[in-house]
Amino acid sequence: MRILAWPYVGWMGFFVVVPLFLILVYSFTSGDIHDSSTWRFTFDNFARFNEPIYLKVMADSFVLATTSTLFCLVFGYPVAMIIARADLRYRNLLLMLFLVPIWMNFLLRTYAWMSLLSPNGLINRFLLLLHLPVLEIMPGQGAVLLGMVYNFLPFMVLPIYTVLSKLDVHILEAARDLGANGFVAFWKVIFPLSIPGVVSGITMVFMPAVSTFVISALLGGGKTPLIGDLIEQQFMSDRNWHFGSSLSIILMAVILISMAVMSRIDQNTEVEGGKAK
Amino acid sequence: MMKFFKRFYMSLIFLFLYAPILVLIVFSFNSSKSRSQWGGFTLKWYLDMVNDRQIREALVFTLVIALLSTVISTLAGTVAAIGIHYMGRGTKTAILNVNNLPVLNPDIITGVALMTLFISTGIPLGPVAMLIAHIVFSTPYVILSVLPKLRQMNRFMPEAAMDLGATPMMALRKVILPEISPGIISGALMAFTMSIDDFVISFFTAGTDATNLSILIYSMAKRGVKPSINALSTVMFITMVVLLFIINHKSEKGEELLL
Repeated sequence: MRILAWPYVGWMGFFVVVPLFLILVYSFTSGDIHDSSTWRFTFDNFARFNEPIYLKVMADSFVLATTSTLFCLVFGYPVAMIIARADLRYRNLLLMLFLVPIWMNFLLRTYAWMSLLSPNGLINRFLLLLHLPVLEIMPGQGAVLLGMVYNFLPFMVLPIYTVLSKLDVHILEAARDLGANGFVAFWKVIFPLSIPGVVSGITMVFMPAVSTFVISALLGGGKTPLIGDLIEQQFMSDRNWHFGSSLSIILMAVILISMAVMSRIDQNTEVEGGKAK
Repeated sequence: MMKFFKRFYMSLIFLFLYAPILVLIVFSFNSSKSRSQWGGFTLKWYLDMVNDRQIREALVFTLVIALLSTVISTLAGTVAAIGIHYMGRGTKTAILNVNNLPVLNPDIITGVALMTLFISTGIPLGPVAMLIAHIVFSTPYVILSVLPKLRQMNRFMPEAAMDLGATPMMALRKVILPEISPGIISGALMAFTMSIDDFVISFFTAGTDATNLSILIYSMAKRGVKPSINALSTVMFITMVVLLFIINHKSEKGEELLL
């Protein structure tokens, strides 16, 4: 039976490992992208990243991704909790209602926000009608943030919901019996137990948010390019694969470091939970 | 009080989630081309959608790529998963770590890495490259959804079948496959929806002559999307929702299928 896996291993070697290796090679060389005989080893591509414009792009991406992850957590956690605690009859329906929007093309949903948020779009018409001040976030970082929260919220809610729905209700009852009020029971019992879901939610939101180029291209109007826009530009229009590859390596490093930090948090809480026993 | 608050909160969240979708659907019936002005009810965009060659070609292309990549990645993924299941622990972990790379890497990295590979090895960007790319990113999901089913299966069952005279092929077909079929089906569904929905990886591997729906929408988005695209997405969205409700209704474990 084992032999069945080997063709796929070969396939993965060629289509998963080799491409990433190529990116690594490109990132440490310079020269004509199509002629490998001109390539020389260099750190220049990484040194170039040190320029203020690129550092600002990285900082913007990191701040926007972190902020949108926080928003998703703050708004998503209650949703996960409400669905998990809902009556069994409604639970599947609520979950499904929450997931159905994913089935509309991601670009179209983002495009719809463009028309909702534009200076004379529907939201502003509505605000004008009520004599309220108009929103001026499109195009700009505010709109990008909204687009990120909108598109990635389900990735936060699902893992938290999964953990919360498997939580033993008796634990909560025990906490209440022992005198904890609702808030204490949540903060000392439910939240710590849901950390694994929170951690995977944070990773699942942060990763696409920090690497997106579509949302910033459509809702940001090119005013605040993110690292994803920069990579796309290097590969598609500037044809500087060497610099583009080094940016990709930096992006992967940022994600790997964030994931390592998150899994540390996950492990730490498990240890604490162990001690408490 | 608490109940009211919960309902209010959920309504706000659902309003936020559905507002853009409602806008798309409503404006697919709007006789004015504007994205914010209502000009009266019309069905002309639905007619346009059927007659528009560009949209029709992109739709057919998207569906063909999705079907092909689903069939190939489901077959390959199931076969590979069975092989991986019987591997020793060390090899299994190593293979699964590589298998996880396309799942964990951001799409843009997978996209540019594949594009670099295709150009360096002389595989022209276009439909074939895009199909390969879709198989590359969907097979890992098929494997990840088939493996747990293999783990749940009683490992003596195939052996028992073979002791009773079944050939390995028969054991595979009559014992293993029926046991793991829920995993195969959910893997195939995942592969299909991911292929239909993918933009980023397609964008980098399409070259100039391959246009799927996502790429078409992206190229239109900056100038203004044709209302007939709204009509098409309304049709696709409603088809998906109806299918979902049917699947959910038929299976008690609808929740699992949906995810």
